[in-house]
Amino acid sequence: MVDLTLVARDAGRIERVAADLKVRSPQSHIRVVEAEFLEPVAIQDTVDEIISQGAVDVVLIAHGSLPEQAGCQNDLRACRDALEVNGVSPVLYAEAFAKHMAQADHGIIALIGSVAGDRGRKSNYIYGSAKGLVTRYAQGLQHRFSGTAVKVVLIKPGPTDTPMTSHLKEQGANLASVEDVAQKIVDAVDRCQAEAYVPGKWFLIMMIIRHLPRFIFNKLNI
Amino acid sequence: MRRVSSWGRLSADQHEVIALSDPAKVSSLVSGSNKPGIVHGMGRSYGDVCLNPGGVLWLTTGLDHFIAFDDNTGRLVCEAGVQLRDIQRLGIPRGWILPVTPGTQMVTVGGAIANDVHGKNHHVLGSFGNHVQRIKLFRTDGEAIECSPQTNPNWFAATVGGLGLTGVIVEAEIQLRRIAGPWLDTETVPYPSLDEFFQLADDSEAEWEHTVSWIDCISGDRGRGLFMRGNPTDVTQLPEPKGRKRTMPFVPPVSLVNRLSLRPFNIAYYNFKKWQAERAIVHYEPFFYPLDNLLQWNRMYGPKGFFQYQSVVPREVGQDAVQAMLEEIAHSNDGSFLAVLKTFGDRQSVGMLSFPQPGVTLALDFPNHGMRTHKLFERLDAIVREAGGRIYPGKDARMPRDLFEAGYPRLNEFLKYRDPGISSALSRRLMGS
Repeated sequence: MVDLTLVARDAGRIERVAADLKVRSPQSHIRVVEAEFLEPVAIQDTVDEIISQGAVDVVLIAHGSLPEQAGCQNDLRACRDALEVNGVSPVLYAEAFAKHMAQADHGIIALIGSVAGDRGRKSNYIYGSAKGLVTRYAQGLQHRFSGTAVKVVLIKPGPTDTPMTSHLKEQGANLASVEDVAQKIVDAVDRCQAEAYVPGKWFLIMMIIRHLPRFIFNKLNI
Repeated sequence: MRRVSSWGRLSADQHEVIALSDPAKVSSLVSGSNKPGIVHGMGRSYGDVCLNPGGVLWLTTGLDHFIAFDDNTGRLVCEAGVQLRDIQRLGIPRGWILPVTPGTQMVTVGGAIANDVHGKNHHVLGSFGNHVQRIKLFRTDGEAIECSPQTNPNWFAATVGGLGLTGVIVEAEIQLRRIAGPWLDTETVPYPSLDEFFQLADDSEAEWEHTVSWIDCISGDRGRGLFMRGNPTDVTQLPEPKGRKRTMPFVPPVSLVNRLSLRPFNIAYYNFKKWQAERAIVHYEPFFYPLDNLLQWNRMYGPKGFFQYQSVVPREVGQDAVQAMLEEIAHSNDGSFLAVLKTFGDRQSVGMLSFPQPGVTLALDFPNHGMRTHKLFERLDAIVREAGGRIYPGKDARMPRDLFEAGYPRLNEFLKYRDPGISSALSRRLMGS
């Protein structure tokens, strides 16, 4: 049994998730909050309101949208939107919760980064740089909270079989199953892992990608 | 465009895949399609019922949310892409089980309805459609239809077993059944010939909810096998099995099921199980879904894929027809380890094109050897036709149109409910459009 608050932009879509969770766990208390994701004052209000309902043990910040790289290169507004939704917005939410958790000296902040944030690549560096921002932010937060009871978990999923990546599947990409990735995220949060690649193979792949010398890396078509 | 195969891996044609993952958008995506499509769930149908080469596939695996469940009545409402596995895992710990389940739980609710699947307890509870209380359907002209045995009963009868051709099923309401726990009291009885099979079936049906048998398809006229029967039990103190999953890691260059491997395998399996045969308490997962822990087992038939041939023939001529089919198969030296013989009960299927009818059903896998395999099927078709039987379209990739028409006398009635914006490889092959 858990007490769960779902925060989303689209109330209709989140009601569907809430109904599903309610069926799976009828004893749990599930609340839905429709919220603004870019406006700092609105984010602060949303988080304050959630905290006013009771202390938060775990917050999972998982929103994002995979933009088309070419679209971002051709239209600065698309570029800015992608950076804000995937980078700035998660950081603002995390920061708002961090303030409350610091006062309570209790809680886990889990952020969904991405393997795309580990090294900029021509095929998706706008999305990648937003996720890179989340990575650096999580590192800083971990530094800030070291020695306290507040834990920060950074999860870096590889490409996962979700509506966000359906076009990748078209190109024959081998995508991880949502179930698998979800289970590993739960495990990482349970263990308060500072950084978790899911599935685990991405740890190795990204280690290589990160360490490739530039003159080789820049020749790769990735 | 993406290459898509069904479970039999007989083809891998390009399809325009459109994921339906938000129920609010299904109607506009489906009615906005400029060419005919067919719904595709987990792709566990063996043949071409879920394929539409060059056309559109509406993928429903993202429609995987539960909508409501009443713990007091066992009534479940869910989206059509929910897998049976998720229903079992939700319901069984809370005392509710799917009344009817096929041999894999990795299929969607929509697929189970569209093929009106059956299980080992057909003689008691009928097929899947007997337990569906309501279906919500989107037509490609934008119309939404709610149907049930009471409201729009014709739409309901057309859609259950309707091979996905009456519209896109987006939501269903299913009556689950009370169960004490996840365990079954089971017994395996070896039988040396078909006579004994029918005797065992007759003797078991009153006392046992689940009956099925593995038949040694190359034992020829004898028709020996293993009869398995089970009942739910209220034993609850046993530890849950670990259920370790393995994957067939690659497609072997030739079928691993072949003339060299089949005979020794069947002899060893029969004798091992005969020696082991006894009563045992078994968890529902290995009992209902013996192959689900070997992921992608369909790869073992090699790059050319395989067919499944499942027929049902009336009981009066059942023994002779099954005997004749087994002789043909033994004679051909083809066939496979996966051969299942089961009696169907008298419960009426609700669908106009539902496969189950009273009688005896024989299901076999055959590695695809091209012409040689098709020739064998023609000889089996002749036996089914002669016996007044029918073939299961959900598993079929090749039956001739006349046999389909002869086996499904309500076909003309069904055609009136077809959605003109929906077409599959199977519908073009068997219904002309």
